[in-house]
Formats: sequence, structure tokens, C-alpha cells
Amino acid sequence: MLVKLIEKVGSKIIKLLESIGRIVIFFWTGVMNIFIAPVQFAKIIDHTWFIGSKSIFVIILTGLFTGMVLGLQGYYSLLQFGSEAALGSAVSLTLIRELGPVFTAIMVTARAGSAMAAEIGVMRISEQIDALKTMHINPVRFLFTPRIIASIISFPLLTALFNVVGIIGGFISGSIMLGLNRYVYMDTVIKSIQMQDISGGFYKSFVFAVVVTTTCCYRGFYTHLYSGFGARGVSLSTTNAVVQSCIFIFIFDYIITFFLV
Amino acid sequence: MTVPLIQFIDIMKSFGTDHVLKGVNLSIYKGEIIAIIGKSGTGKSVLLKHIIGLVQQDSGQILINGVPLHQLSVEEKISFQKELSYMFQDNALFDFMTIYDNIALPLVENSNFPKNQVKEKVFTRMKQLGLTGTEKKFPAQLSGGMRKRVALARALVTDPKIVLFDEPTTGLDPVRKKDVHSMIQEYQEKFEFTAVIVTHDIPQIFDLVQRIAMLDDGIIKFEGSKEDIFDSHSKILDTFVGGEDV
Repeated sequence: MLVKLIEKVGSKIIKLLESIGRIVIFFWTGVMNIFIAPVQFAKIIDHTWFIGSKSIFVIILTGLFTGMVLGLQGYYSLLQFGSEAALGSAVSLTLIRELGPVFTAIMVTARAGSAMAAEIGVMRISEQIDALKTMHINPVRFLFTPRIIASIISFPLLTALFNVVGIIGGFISGSIMLGLNRYVYMDTVIKSIQMQDISGGFYKSFVFAVVVTTTCCYRGFYTHLYSGFGARGVSLSTTNAVVQSCIFIFIFDYIITFFLV
Repeated sequence: MTVPLIQFIDIMKSFGTDHVLKGVNLSIYKGEIIAIIGKSGTGKSVLLKHIIGLVQQDSGQILINGVPLHQLSVEEKISFQKELSYMFQDNALFDFMTIYDNIALPLVENSNFPKNQVKEKVFTRMKQLGLTGTEKKFPAQLSGGMRKRVALARALVTDPKIVLFDEPTTGLDPVRKKDVHSMIQEYQEKFEFTAVIVTHDIPQIFDLVQRIAMLDDGIIKFEGSKEDIFDSHSKILDTFVGGEDV
């Protein structure tokens, strides 16, 4: 009984260590290939278009409504203390420091991260990744490296867009709908934002780009090891990729915030 | 005595509790066309994947020109692998790429050929395989037979010295099957590559190959020429070639 328990625990630990080793090698190979010529310009542009440009609409939509909700909730909360004039400051700082990077990362995970995991997963089960190997093409360089570069370009830009649209959303609900003086709102926005708030938000979006892309590509790449073969294997690896990415976003958000404050 | 180009010695491979290869011994000689036949699920593709390094054996040795594969230096291994080309059973074409890009991929990613030279090579292969006019289409827009030919074109576009064909004619009509066989023969004579073909095309394949190996129950039960098959009086071979259940 005890021996079986030890065997089971030992086997789990070995599997965990193997997984850690595999993800470290996967990430390292992908990152190192960024610096190996030739630069894969066409693929980077293609993925930047998919991850970045095609996410613009959803980012505008979520950013606008997040800002509007913040404006609405913030206005009535601040009104209780007679501080509704600080609405612009509350909305902008909440967005730039926290909600902008986190919500952007979650939305891009849902839209592009799931697609990455599914696409690479299908390539795995249909032997396309093996085909790359037989053609002496490094599959990690071919599939992961351009995507991580594209994410590093896209995430901060989408975060900036989310923040700007969110601040506009706060303006719409706070000033246009609830009657807060528009100059007061904009003045508090401008005066309260410091450079370190913006850079802190960008550090987060940079880390989220790396974490989300690595998790999603890794899950797709090793679909056969973790989720099995066939359509069910791909769907399972896609679900796992999205769920794990979201968990990692919150964990890393806390860690970065801890060091920034 | 000629040293085999590739030699399997007591190759064993299991997937969990499934013992697929139980001690395969087989020699492949330079410049020959050899067919590996056997029932479905006997491990023919697994054996083929050992050559290109997609699968590693649990035990046994693979010799390349008489030298164990694991004793080759990294450069020698890379150089050997660059001489290989593999055509997958299910084609393994990239759905998001056009037919032209699929065929050009190994050239674009691995060589410094100028664009016009790549284009010329790709269009030559496309013409030879009756794929002209499909260059801007995607694999999903082609029939199963055409996709097979695209995979074949991709396998041959780099002018490899050893080509591994995993059921190259599955899903093709008899005319296309004959075309593919003729093409393999023509190219083999022209470029003198070594071809290893995993196939179920019996007896058509006998006109194409110099030697045949039969894999059954994890081991090579027969290895020899077409004439040897008819002289062997092996029950397993006779019943398999005759299409009966073994």
C-alpha cells in the first residue's frame, strides 16, 4: 500500500519535472531563435496581423464598456464622499495599472491564444509538425518564434488602445451621462497619470505576451502528450491553454504588482 | 560484399504495452527500390520513421553505411538527414499554405536558392505531376489524389538521395497509381535515389521494386526479390500476396 503510494507520488513528481524541463527547453529554443538569421519577417507580420490587428475590435468593445462601468460605479462611490471630481483619476489609474493589461491579455488569450493552441494542435495530430522535422525545419522556430515576437509587439499596443478607449468610456458615463464637468474629468486624468504607471502597465503586458504565447503554443505543440490524439485531444489542449493562460495572467499580475508598488 | 546503405539490426519498439517491432533485421542497399509490405498495423510506418529519426528504437542498432547511427557526429547525422525525404501516409500538407508554398517550403526554409530558381524547381515538379494551375489553391480545395501528388512533389523537390514513401498511392485511382509508380521509377532511374516504399499495392508494386520485405508480427518474415517470393513457398507470404487472411 505504502509502496504503491510512493510509486504514484514519485511518478507524478517525475512527470512534473519532465513537463517543466520540456517547457523550459521549448521556451528557450523559441527565444534563442529570435536572434538567429534569417528573421522571419513575413510570418511575424502575418501573426501580428492575426494577434494584433484582428483583436482591435474586441479590445475597443471591451475597453469601452469596462471604462463605462468604472465611470458609473466610480461616480456613485465617490459621490458618497463628495469626491466625484476624482473620477478621471480613479478610472485612468485603475485602467493603466491593472485592468488594461489584464483584460487585454485575457481577451487576446480568448481570441488569438485559443486559435494558436488549436492550430498547432491540429498540426501535431495531422503529422504536419513531423513533416517539418523531415524537411529539417525546426518546428519551434517555425511555429513559436514568430508568434512570440508578434505577441510582444501586439500586447502593449492593444493594452494602450484598451486604456485610451477605457478612459473615453469613463468620460462617456461620468461626464456625458452623469454630468461631471468634462474639463475636470480630463484634467484629473492628465494630472494623475505618471510615467511609472504607464511603464508598469507595459511591463505587465510584455510579461503577459510571453506567458500567454508560450502556454498556448506549448499546449498545442504537445497535444499528443497531454490531451491525446484526435479532435477531442485538440479541444482539450485548447481549453487547457486558455484556462492556464488566464491563471498565469493573474499570478504574474500579482507578482509584478508586488515588485512595482 | 556490398555494405548496406541502411541496416536495421534487432530493432525493437514498443508503445506502452504494445510491442510493435520485436527484432527487425533488414538491409537497404544504395540505389535500390525496396518495398515493405505487410498487414495494416504491423509497424511498417513505424519502421520507416526510425530511418528519419521521428521514432527512436527501444533497442537494436541502425547502421548507416556500416556505422551505427549513434556513433555519427552531429555534422554527419545532419548531412545524412539532409539526403532524406519523407512522404507521409496522410500527406501532412500545411492547410494554411497554398500548393505552391507547400511544395516550395523545404527549399525556402533550407536553401539560399534565389526566388526564381525556387519557382522554376517547384513549377517543374508541378508540371511533372499534373498539378499545373493549382499553385494558388489550398490543400482543402483539392481532391485526395491531387493532395497525394502535392505531397509527392514536396518530397521530391529537394532532389533527395533517399526517399521514404509511406503508402504513396493510397486513395488514388488505378491510372494515377500507375502514374505515381512510373514517376517513382523514372525519377529513381534519373537521380539514382534509394527508395523505400511502404505499400499495399500488390502485385502492382512488383513491377517497380527490386526487392521486397514482408513485416509480420514485429519481424521481417521475408526479404528477397520478386522471383524469390514465388520460389519461397512461404505460407504467410503466399496468403498475403494472394489477398487471403493470414
